[in-house]
Amino acid sequence: MPRLMAASSHRVSFTLNGRVVSGEAEPRMLLSDFIRHVLGATGTHVGCEHGVCGACTVQIDGAPARSCLALAVQVEGADIRTVEGLAPAADRLSPLQNAFRDNYGLQCGFCTPGILMSLDALLDERPNVSEAEIREFLSGHLCRCTGYASIVKSALAAARQRREDRVYA
Amino acid sequence: MVAESETTAEPNGWVGRSIPRVEDAALLEGRGRFIDDLGVRPDLLHAAILRSPHPHAEIESIDCSAARAADGVFAVVTGADVKALTASLVVGVKAPIECWPIAIERARYVGEPVAVVVASDRYRAEDALELIEVTYRPLPAVVDPLVATGAGAPILHPAVKSNVIGERTFRYGDPDSAFASTPHRIRVDVHYPRNSCTPIETYGVIAEYDPGDNSYDVLANFQGPFSLHPVMARALKVPGNRFRLRTPPDSGGSFGVKQAIFSYVVLISVAARIAGRPVKWIEDRLEHLAASVSATNRVTTLEAAVDTDGRIRALAFDQLEDCGAYLRAPEPATLYRMHGNMTGAYDIRHVKIRNRIVLTNKTPTGLNRGFGGPQAYYPLERLMQRIAIELNLDPLDVIRRNLVPANAMPYRTASGATLDSGDFPASLAAAIDAGKLGELIARRETARAAGKLYGVGFASVVEPSVSNMGYITAALTPEERRRAGPKNGAQATATISLDPLGAVSVQVASTPQGQGHRTVLAQVVADALGLRPQDIRVIADVDTAKDGWSIASGNYSSRFAPAVAGATQIAAMNLRERLARVAATQLNVAPADIVFAGGRVAARANLDNALPFARLAASAHWAPGTIDSDLGQTIRETVFWTPPELTAPNEADEINSSLCHGFIFDFCGVEVDRLSGAVRVDRYVTMHDCGRVLHPAMVAGQITGGFAQALGAALFEEYAYAPDGAFLSGTFADYLVPTSMEVPEPVILQRESPSPLTPLGTKGVGEGNCMSTPVCIANAIADAMSLTSLDLPATPTKLAALIHGRQNEPRVKS
Ligand code: FES
Ligand code: FES
Repeated sequence: MPRLMAASSHRVSFTLNGRVVSGEAEPRMLLSDFIRHVLGATGTHVGCEHGVCGACTVQIDGAPARSCLALAVQVEGADIRTVEGLAPAADRLSPLQNAFRDNYGLQCGFCTPGILMSLDALLDERPNVSEAEIREFLSGHLCRCTGYASIVKSALAAARQRREDRVYA
Repeated sequence: MVAESETTAEPNGWVGRSIPRVEDAALLEGRGRFIDDLGVRPDLLHAAILRSPHPHAEIESIDCSAARAADGVFAVVTGADVKALTASLVVGVKAPIECWPIAIERARYVGEPVAVVVASDRYRAEDALELIEVTYRPLPAVVDPLVATGAGAPILHPAVKSNVIGERTFRYGDPDSAFASTPHRIRVDVHYPRNSCTPIETYGVIAEYDPGDNSYDVLANFQGPFSLHPVMARALKVPGNRFRLRTPPDSGGSFGVKQAIFSYVVLISVAARIAGRPVKWIEDRLEHLAASVSATNRVTTLEAAVDTDGRIRALAFDQLEDCGAYLRAPEPATLYRMHGNMTGAYDIRHVKIRNRIVLTNKTPTGLNRGFGGPQAYYPLERLMQRIAIELNLDPLDVIRRNLVPANAMPYRTASGATLDSGDFPASLAAAIDAGKLGELIARRETARAAGKLYGVGFASVVEPSVSNMGYITAALTPEERRRAGPKNGAQATATISLDPLGAVSVQVASTPQGQGHRTVLAQVVADALGLRPQDIRVIADVDTAKDGWSIASGNYSSRFAPAVAGATQIAAMNLRERLARVAATQLNVAPADIVFAGGRVAARANLDNALPFARLAASAHWAPGTIDSDLGQTIRETVFWTPPELTAPNEADEINSSLCHGFIFDFCGVEVDRLSGAVRVDRYVTMHDCGRVLHPAMVAGQITGGFAQALGAALFEEYAYAPDGAFLSGTFADYLVPTSMEVPEPVILQRESPSPLTPLGTKGVGEGNCMSTPVCIANAIADAMSLTSLDLPATPTKLAALIHGRQNEPRVKS
């Protein structure tokens, strides 16, 4: 890693939802702030900035990570996915997003982007995931609106749909 | 409960069906428009706030010179600056206290703003906070409300000479005779803790000031009530028309909490004025937990005069309400929101109440889901259990014997509320049956036989909705009210507009934070006009400079379904009636014979004699000359609706504090782990009668969400303070919000008794479980552990100490 000067900005580039992006960041700038305010991708939300609520979750090289606990300069060259990258087309939702809509898995929608990014990674890794596993996995996310039941239902429905899609693909 | 989700044709209308939410696609794709997502002016600056580390201290000096000289800093604002440009926020009792959005000469709680830095970006603003030198002279602090009332307690506001800043007593019926002539007196003592529903999105304000016409323009994720608009305008010393307040299209949860942003609206507005540029402030989580707002903590003694069969003849409440360091508007509303229904779901004719408001060195209080309900129902429903135990009765019999009977509806309570509809005993019976109480009781027996600590608890409550703007004046004496002039009502408003292509738009001032208002109103209007929900566009955010609104606007007191949707229904039917008259001339039939269906307007007798709705709707734009002049225009209809039942408190202090009253009966089974003291909610059943249901899945979502928050309040959450005033719940690692691991799915049961008082027959539903669930769980824990008294939160530490008889439990106060 090149030496970083605290007071000066550095050019940071990485892939965001399949596109190469870059911007200026001071070494202390959080990845969440960089994505939202430098790159303008405001779908990723910030709820606590101390690593507990999970709202800021993105995928870094395929693994869910809290963007409020990472610095922008740490992800140089990485492959990052955010909620904006989930839908297959602007007017079409992914099976996971659809499941959330069908099962009322969101109310205010503020926690949702982080939860979607976590679940997307989970369903990739464990297509036959159980309710208990989903609940355990979701325990890294705080939702104040739904009481979680509809989120768990959405995740189970999405897992089912993804399995079916795979069979018929 | 099963939510249906098909969206085909509408034989019985759209209302009452669970259609997909129009809000969701954007939110799921990351295209929400929350306050921190919106475009801003290029000259925008960012604010950070320096906060008091002391619970109580004189501010001897503030040296801002180094901060002002720092790179990127444009202004540093202190209490003296704010005082010079504003007036104190209005205080809701007659006492010589002031309430400022920043500490003026003295800080009275940990986290109170002391200075604001305005800089080119948030990082630089935060850097400069560290350069401000504040000299504090610490003063003794008081956090325990009982201690705060005592002689010798540190006084927060020396001008009042006491921390008790308001006291009123009320008497309904003849409680003293009832107490004298009834065989049993049973009593509970409760310390209800402080907590908050902590929305995941924090506060945000973007403010600018135009010196040319002395006006403020503010965007804030404020939730209402808009009765705080005049409070802010007066504090900023401008007429209301020079304080333009807008809300963003999306808001990340509120649950009452975003009411209290109003003091930051004033603070950041002043900062923008001083900086000469627009200023944005996004609260961080640590600020939110320490210093946004909290529900009140309350100390209650409740005593009942009870017959041997468990029938309650009279109640005597002694409530000490702790509102924190300042009485911030609309407080002391938490204490009075439930005033009309202090007797809950029960028929109790003799009541006396002593209400005191005390100030302590803690964050000022305000709206929080359930608002006043948890604090009032906790003692009442604990009392119901105690009556059963002390008189050796079945707790259900005690509840049944006291429930308001169905044939008494509408029932006027002793303190003046009207319970509008419902069959409480039938709902209770249905819940016991469908919720399989018998099975749960059997489970308790099995668990106990196996040596487990297993208990069953009950709670029955009425859930008030649509607050009377006048209830808060019950804090004043009748004489003071006479001098101040009457306050009452609950104006709701809706505007429906037709555009030149005949499309329908709806605007309401309801500022939702996730409740799906736009979807539900599209259903309501689609039914009225024979259209599909996707044909209707709804805007629910507010611009006070351009939209219809009243002081009652906003999203609180569960007023959306009964009041806002009701006003929308009236507006749609008014417009429909006028359009029918226009169509009648064109189709050559009587207006009464016009039907609106399937996007067409037709003659009932011959459905082929019809016009497309859009064409009829557009005609007022393109050919107003063809519209009968006494019909006026058919472009736009605005309705203001206030229920006449919401009158001001009378001379006897009777007050119809809310328009509607739903009924909830809950029961649950819990197991307390003998070793750890951890509580597992085994099964939770909640029966709701919230009147007519507009969207079943959203109602289920409100109930499940409220239940989860209430479970947190029951078992984990507390804004805790050390006895010296230090704040102990400063992060989400200390303030424990329940996760998917702790929240079971409740069994939801429903009955529908339409309210006769609302246009759609609806009642509110969002807050009820925050009222019923904490005490239902507490009753189950008390049953499991044979506890006479129990205060929340029932944390493992607390319960383990009771199980193991440990005396060295760390003592915290709220
Ligand atoms: S904002 Fe990153 S975990 Fe809460
Ligand atoms: S939907 Fe609002 S916080 Fe989860």
